[in-house]
Amino acid sequence: MAEKTPELCTAHVDGFARKAHIWLSANSEALTAYVLSAPATFLIFLMILGPAGAVVVICMSDWEFGSSTFSFVGTENFRALLDDRVFWKSLTNTLIYVAVVVLVSVVLGLVAAVMIESCTFFRSFYRAVYFLPVMATMAAIAVAWQMVLHPQIGLLNQGIRAIGMDFTMSWLQNEKTVLATLCVIGIWQAVGFNMILFLAGLTSIPNDLYEAAEVDGADSAWDRFNTVTWPLLGPTSIFVLVITAIRAFQVFDTVAVLTRGGPNKASEVMLYTIYNEAFVFFRTGHAATLTIVYLAIILTLTLVQVWFLDKRVHYT
Amino acid sequence: MRHYKKLLVWSIIRHVLLLTGALLVLAPFIWAILISFRPPEELFSAEFQILPNNWAVWRNYSMALTESPLLLYILNGVIVCTGIFFFQVMFALPCAYALAKLNFRFRSTLFTIVLIGLLVPPQVLAIPRYILCYKAGILDTYAALIAPFTISVFGIFLMRQFFRTVPDDLIHAARIDGLSEFSIVWRIMLPAVYPALVAFGIFSLVSHWNDLFWPLIVINSEKIATPPLGAVLFINEEAGNDYGALMAAMAIITTPLIAAFLIAQRRFVEGITLSGMK
Repeated sequence: MAEKTPELCTAHVDGFARKAHIWLSANSEALTAYVLSAPATFLIFLMILGPAGAVVVICMSDWEFGSSTFSFVGTENFRALLDDRVFWKSLTNTLIYVAVVVLVSVVLGLVAAVMIESCTFFRSFYRAVYFLPVMATMAAIAVAWQMVLHPQIGLLNQGIRAIGMDFTMSWLQNEKTVLATLCVIGIWQAVGFNMILFLAGLTSIPNDLYEAAEVDGADSAWDRFNTVTWPLLGPTSIFVLVITAIRAFQVFDTVAVLTRGGPNKASEVMLYTIYNEAFVFFRTGHAATLTIVYLAIILTLTLVQVWFLDKRVHYT
Repeated sequence: MRHYKKLLVWSIIRHVLLLTGALLVLAPFIWAILISFRPPEELFSAEFQILPNNWAVWRNYSMALTESPLLLYILNGVIVCTGIFFFQVMFALPCAYALAKLNFRFRSTLFTIVLIGLLVPPQVLAIPRYILCYKAGILDTYAALIAPFTISVFGIFLMRQFFRTVPDDLIHAARIDGLSEFSIVWRIMLPAVYPALVAFGIFSLVSHWNDLFWPLIVINSEKIATPPLGAVLFINEEAGNDYGALMAAMAIITTPLIAAFLIAQRRFVEGITLSGMK
């Protein structure tokens, strides 16, 4: 390409330029790739992986917001966590909440999906209505729920009184009912999401299978469900179960708006405890330790999901 | 004939059950709207009644709008969600293109990094992100609401999956036409996976519009509050028994997203259930 010049100096530079050019043209694709992915990679480290590492470091230290000292305390924060009454209360509440919400909302979602699937009209109406709570702004909708549950003017209590009972229950202020009430709201929100996932699973079941089942004597709707739908929906169900569990673990808005963990920690859930410890009480090390426990649970669930997804690929 | 009758009976039972379910799902919405019609003196009336004797629609809604900057919250929601989605696309698409279509030494390493990023729920990162925002001096600004979410590993992952379905010939043709790699991303790849991008956009919009956790942490002033935080501020400030105005405020806050959902239902369902693909 470039002509050779008699001067040594330029020849040297020229040789370098040629080498660079050869290297560039051989690696231009890679170079483009680095340029295109560099901003994203930088941000992943700055905003995700870096912070994730930082949480681990903070949870092993005695550091708090604003303090200038920082020393490693090893597993002391974890030991303190095990002695913390609020942590255990929060963990049990969250597990109960997740278990109830997952079981009930998956069953209801499945029932709704199967019924909607066999409808000949109103299908999109049902879909839209059942899906509404999934995308509605929960912080605001929680206030609407507060009105449903209000001891005096609530729809629920007024409804019960309307059928002739003398009844006043403060659903959200009572230690015994508050978690169950939050579960109901959680279920109310999750059913539509599960319904959509199940509907997607149902439409992928070929119609001939139902016809074949009918020829084989599966007359009732229950028979058809039992012999065709359920076995083929098995993998979808596990998938839906795990997804709903992960979503249920993230319960925060209803607690923050309606109960603030009360009364007497009866509705304390993990994300709310983390928020409170980190940003209200500023017990950073403690909050980071809680965060690690929370992360461990979510990670386990995600890995279970990935494992089942892999399985599903093999069997279909 | 008997078969037909049986089908009809089943169909009626089905619709009765589904309509009852629909009513239960809608009950909180309907109840909130009914309360937003009531004047204060009728709120605690002893007998159960659906509609008020004296309608207070104008009173409640104008009071909600004047006592609290509800429309500003909605505008803030629009600003924050637009900002987040703009940067997510800016950063995620080129990276997804590189991962899907270009050969380079660290490709699988980078993809592994993206997958690891997918495993981490955002709430886990709150404490260090808060420190970052504090150090950058952006607490209580739009920047604090937008910056942590400018990178979406889910967006990279999703777009990579869709970019892989774009035929290589299309890219070669574009290169021969003299398009730079950068314009290939925006002028060839982006239009080719447009529906996927729309679905991701709705996923991003709904999750950030509805997020209360992060705004509650970084925002103090009501001027920058997003709709969910605005709802919380309204409850705290108007802590009284004026439930009519309160429900009116909540109705105003929830309306934009529900309206958007009703206009583009199918797209919303697609977008939100994307999170199931993770």
